[in-house]
Amino acid sequence: MGKIGLIIGREYLTRVRKPSFIIMTLLGPILIGVFLTLTIWLTIGESGSQKVLVVDELGLTHQVFKDKPNVVEFDYRTTHLEAKEFLEGDQYDLALYINKNTINGDKALLLYKKIPSLSIQSYINSELDAVMESYRLMKANTGPEVQKFINEEYPKIKRHIELETKNAESGEKAKTKHYAAVVGYVFALLIYMFIFLYGVQVMRGVIEEKTNRIVEIIISSVKPFELMLGKIIGIAMVGLTQFILWVLLTGLILILAQSLFFPDFYDAANQANFTQVANGISPEQAAINFESNEIYDLIFIRINWALMLFMFLFYFIGGYLMYSALFAAIGAAVDSESDTQQFMMPITIPLVFGFIVAQMAIENPESNAVFWSSMIPFTSPVVMMVRVAMGFEPGTIWQLYLSMALLVAGFITCTWIAGKIYRTGILMYGKKVSYKELFKWMFYKG
Amino acid sequence: MDILRAENIVKRYRNHTALSGVNIAVPEGSIFGLLGPNGAGKTSLIRIINQITGPDEGTVYFRDEKLSPHHLSNIGYLPEERGLYKKMKVGEQSLYLARLKGMSKQEATRQLQIWFEKFEISGWWNKKIEDLSKGMAQKVQFITTVMHQPKLLILDEPFSGFDPINADLIKKEILRMKENGTTIIFSTHNMGSVEEMCDEIALINNSKVILDGKMSDIRKRFRSQVYEVEFNGNMIAFANALWAGFELLEREQVEPNHFRSRVKLLGNNTTNNLLSALIPHVEIRSVREIIPSMNDIFIEVVQSQNQNHG
Repeated sequence: MGKIGLIIGREYLTRVRKPSFIIMTLLGPILIGVFLTLTIWLTIGESGSQKVLVVDELGLTHQVFKDKPNVVEFDYRTTHLEAKEFLEGDQYDLALYINKNTINGDKALLLYKKIPSLSIQSYINSELDAVMESYRLMKANTGPEVQKFINEEYPKIKRHIELETKNAESGEKAKTKHYAAVVGYVFALLIYMFIFLYGVQVMRGVIEEKTNRIVEIIISSVKPFELMLGKIIGIAMVGLTQFILWVLLTGLILILAQSLFFPDFYDAANQANFTQVANGISPEQAAINFESNEIYDLIFIRINWALMLFMFLFYFIGGYLMYSALFAAIGAAVDSESDTQQFMMPITIPLVFGFIVAQMAIENPESNAVFWSSMIPFTSPVVMMVRVAMGFEPGTIWQLYLSMALLVAGFITCTWIAGKIYRTGILMYGKKVSYKELFKWMFYKG
Repeated sequence: MDILRAENIVKRYRNHTALSGVNIAVPEGSIFGLLGPNGAGKTSLIRIINQITGPDEGTVYFRDEKLSPHHLSNIGYLPEERGLYKKMKVGEQSLYLARLKGMSKQEATRQLQIWFEKFEISGWWNKKIEDLSKGMAQKVQFITTVMHQPKLLILDEPFSGFDPINADLIKKEILRMKENGTTIIFSTHNMGSVEEMCDEIALINNSKVILDGKMSDIRKRFRSQVYEVEFNGNMIAFANALWAGFELLEREQVEPNHFRSRVKLLGNNTTNNLLSALIPHVEIRSVREIIPSMNDIFIEVVQSQNQNHG
């Protein structure tokens, strides 16, 4: 382990100290920050105050939706409203239908004339969640044992309402991509990018050692497999360092941007919470108030960040280890980077395919292609991120476990095979290698 | 005692056998020449000794212990295909390689400083390899091979690519290390470059050892009984004097009345017999035994082997 540690250290330090790494690490978050800030700025400017008519024939939710000044205002009626009637009137921009289906099926309908922005949709949705939650709480909380009730029953009460958003005129569904799926997609994109970027770095590193002719000196001190593994792990740590710095710096830039450009985005309730905590109000109480905050709700409740980050790390590391072992084998088999083309193809195709399926998964997470690609280790690191973000239906969580197990098996197999090819390849010069040849190398004796 | 013993080593590749039943024994403290043409199997054997690859059959012993990874810190290896990380600084890179050989950081730093001063390259510590000339990089390579004070030093084609000044520096350093008890294995196809330094040799050809042993014994075995004789006098008188018991192989005139010739002793004749035959007729300037070079011996052995195998 000591020697692998040295190799990891060298691979890590030489890369982290490179100017290109430092520039990318700083530039990435700035670009992401600017992009996100611009997007937020544009979406804020676009909608103006939206008037929402809550159509609640059962009278369940009377007057309990919270307005958001200058953004969303709610009005109520308890009688039936035809879509046509809504269309013809000019008083309301949106109509939110709450009925039996909402109570029994966790579904509600939002009709629009002009499609509202994603942030408005999600605000309405989170308000709806909160309203239905308090309705269910009121219904359920009849017994005296409140504590027991909260422990056992509360999780059932706190449910997310699926809001179907439709054009009032055409009845066409709005393409409100599931917010969570989009977050998952961003993670998938990161994994895809990182596997490519850092996998290719592994390959370049191997080619460098081979063409520099230092490799024989090093493998007279350590086993070729240790050298390969050290390189792969060292570069993985470079990737993780970059990722962590990106997350931290992007967060910092966004907070800065928020306080500079959108000070009113901190809504009054949010400010109040901080003051309440400061004034000695119990944190639990403050937390309850806090939960009704829209942003908090979106970021901290709907997306399980701890799980997402854990899964990101798992699938990034698993996928990266598998692919970079193959990249290392390619690097060992060729004499220069220009010879890598023919071997790159079979590696890039499944990765690109996975990325395409991940896009499909946002729209159509139930499809067979998505299922199988989230199982097969070559595509699962990318595709599964979208599925994890969207959450699993009860009883299907085994798919996640199976996919994780398959990925572990996949990277062990790939590393083993790559180790064999690597060991033979790094000492082979001036020979054009074919697939047949690579296959034979797998069975050479040490 | 032998520091290294390879017994019955067999290594096969897909299309050919690189080593078939090779035995060598390297006495501790000697300079051992592993000689043979390109492709004979020298590098395959060296890679097995360095545990880069394993033999298909046979065993290697390091001081009577079966060779295993913990012996690597006792071995220094300068491969034929040698290089360094171009973008890494000289000092950092040397430290890295030293620590891979199992040295502690402090010990490696100390040793490196001694070597850098000895080779007068202390100022290069923070230079990148890509900024050095080839000769400079060779010095660094040599240092990284020996800095961990290996008991066994293996140099594959050590003098190829070295400029004469560096080659001389390194030769001196190798001899000094030998005096301090280091065993050195030279592997080369250029037999002339190392024969004056070797105590023992093994000649490898076509994956087999065809001749091995002490350099002095081999020389004795392959004595040609040919002498170079320089004299002043008459060539005809000289040739007549050799009539019985000697054979005149070559002759050339250096100046008028000054000749150089090669004479082979026949039968049991000695140099004394030669001299007593010649002295009455010509004035002897010098007599010197022609010692066959390793190259000559190699060619002779290979040829006789080929004849034997038809």
